[in-house]
Amino acid sequence: MSQDELLQEVTATDYKYGFYSDIETDRMDAGLSEDVIRRISAKKMEPQWMTEWRLEAYRIWLEMDEPDWANVNYQKVDFQAISYYAAPVKKQITSLDEVDPELLKTFEKLGISLNEQKRLSGVAMDIIVDSVSVATTFKKTLAEKGVIFCSMSEAIQEHPELVKKYLGTVIPRTDNYYAALNSAVFTDGSFCYIPKGVRCPMELSTYFRINEANTGQFERTLIVADEGSFVSYLEGCTAPQRDENQLHAAVVELVALDHAEIKYSTVQNWYPGDAEGKGGVYNFVTKRGICEAYAKISWTQVETGSAVTWKYPSCILKGDYSIGEFYSVALTNHHQQADTGTKMIHLGRNTKSTIISKGISAGQSHNSYRGLVRMGPRAENARNFSQCDSLLMGDRCGAHTFPYIEVKNSTARTEHEATTSKIGEDQIFYCQQRGLNMEAAIALIINGYAKEVLNQLPMEFAVEAQKLLAISLEGSVG
Amino acid sequence: MLEIRELYASIGEKEILRGVNLTVKPGEVHAIMGPNGSGKSTLSSVIAGREEYQVTSGDVLWDGKSILELAPEERAHLGLFLGFQYPVEIPGVSVSNFVKTALNAVRAARGEEALDASSMLKKMREALQLLEMDKGFLSRSLNEGFSGGEKKRNEIFQMAMLEPRLAILDETDSGLDIDALRIVAQGVNGLRSAKASFVVITHYQRLLDYIIPDVVHVLLNGRIVKVGDKSLAYALEERGYDWIKKEVE
Repeated sequence: MSQDELLQEVTATDYKYGFYSDIETDRMDAGLSEDVIRRISAKKMEPQWMTEWRLEAYRIWLEMDEPDWANVNYQKVDFQAISYYAAPVKKQITSLDEVDPELLKTFEKLGISLNEQKRLSGVAMDIIVDSVSVATTFKKTLAEKGVIFCSMSEAIQEHPELVKKYLGTVIPRTDNYYAALNSAVFTDGSFCYIPKGVRCPMELSTYFRINEANTGQFERTLIVADEGSFVSYLEGCTAPQRDENQLHAAVVELVALDHAEIKYSTVQNWYPGDAEGKGGVYNFVTKRGICEAYAKISWTQVETGSAVTWKYPSCILKGDYSIGEFYSVALTNHHQQADTGTKMIHLGRNTKSTIISKGISAGQSHNSYRGLVRMGPRAENARNFSQCDSLLMGDRCGAHTFPYIEVKNSTARTEHEATTSKIGEDQIFYCQQRGLNMEAAIALIINGYAKEVLNQLPMEFAVEAQKLLAISLEGSVG
Repeated sequence: MLEIRELYASIGEKEILRGVNLTVKPGEVHAIMGPNGSGKSTLSSVIAGREEYQVTSGDVLWDGKSILELAPEERAHLGLFLGFQYPVEIPGVSVSNFVKTALNAVRAARGEEALDASSMLKKMREALQLLEMDKGFLSRSLNEGFSGGEKKRNEIFQMAMLEPRLAILDETDSGLDIDALRIVAQGVNGLRSAKASFVVITHYQRLLDYIIPDVVHVLLNGRIVKVGDKSLAYALEERGYDWIKKEVE
């Protein structure tokens, strides 16, 4: 098969997760107002302080403008055309038997069997469909260790003191346009608290899925790792294939207290739109963590989906000797656009950060790395190492790098390395000559290129991520 | 087993091969010599199925069947191996992972099961030994930061792992010092058998001191203009190519 034919074949390949499940859904009419926010809050039976917190966020949002500095172009979102609440009916699930069978089928199609998950991987899972959390597995085992892992809605009810204490402390409502919007309308998300000195006994994981049309997904995740604790957390995302764009504006806040460590991994595979660039998810996400003394936060992301991505998982290295890491593979194909990177804000002394970013652009896509390394005046002996690599496939795509470095302490040190390369026909031919077909050759080369990042993922997810990269790229050389 | 008949091939508008004939029987070692630009590398690329080259007429037969319509990997599955003149780097892919993936791809294509881990390791050890390479080599990124000699040894290592029926070695000797040359030759000789055939493409006769060819061909302007035994290689070394050019004219 020639490269052109292969390209044809693969661009015709359906997005594997593009199905829609016919689940009975309780959804609000489209539109956004204070009244809508009150109704969301009421549906969730939230306390007054939460309702007020949301309304304040909404007022802040009204005063803000949509950011336009990112290196992406898209049709602006009509915020009045979105429904801000959609939930599979039949809530109050206490065991899996009560879950809508259609929903369970959905999970099977996604390759997640809750029981399998329970048995094999020892991964505790929370699953968010459209706006609400539908299942949290493994709660008991975690409870024995004092670990709280539940939906955000539940946390607001059951652990208001923790939510109140930390919500919005890392990403205030005034932070940016989408964070303000999220603060006003978020409907669910995951909440996680690891008590002092506890090493969370399993990977925690949340699976996000947008199902309904014309809904936005605004999940809110808050992870608090108390002193000396450790947690590894993974999120995965998919959405049905639709002609219209869907908005996903999440906020993730991480708090790592003294000597705590949070490892946060994402495999993002929202629907990217079709080969002509129609449809797809707008992924406008704010993720940030704060590290107290000797704490460590490590972000690992494999981004293959979404039509437009705008996302900068960041670390505020507040405490002395704290560590921030960012490992990213962002892959864009067809007409996808990604503007992603990180911010490492060094405030404390002897803080250290590492940034490894691997961009892969194919088709007519545009892939930008945007990163900020800031060394504050107190950041004695702070260190940063950044490496930003771009890989181009074909001659119609673009790779862009926007590194920002601000140093206000003369003892701080930063290093920045960047490379741009192309998957060569030479490399592919070499592999073919050894017996690999073109898909296998591309998969091998890409996985080699992204290895430093993939190595950071928990084992089973690394395997998934490798496959995902290969699938997303098949036939894009030509 | 390999038969090339009146092969014409070009790249873009430029015709490079102009009627090549060559027959290689099982167990034979053939040397192809010729000055720069005579079409040696083109010939090996065309046999291996590189897409940039168009075959305009003639045929390449493998066990009597044309392979011109086959993809490069399908030719590899038949047992064709090309030792590259300039082996490419594949960062992040270790030598062992690459070889394992390749060998299992070939096995799968032949309907054989993937080799289990211990047999694979054993095979790798043997191949390393043949080439006087140490184990650390396996975990290095393929060809990344390799010296010229290491790259060429890596080619022969892969050949030893894949056990091809026909190996074409494209200027494997270029850029090698005398020790590396000896080791590479040792690798090839270790694989010589009644079933394995070799086509050794080279500028110089010195490799042929170590790998004794059955037949020596001289390629000039896209045609094989002279065929002889080992002594032809010595004659070329001594007198250069001009006398053959004159002879042809």
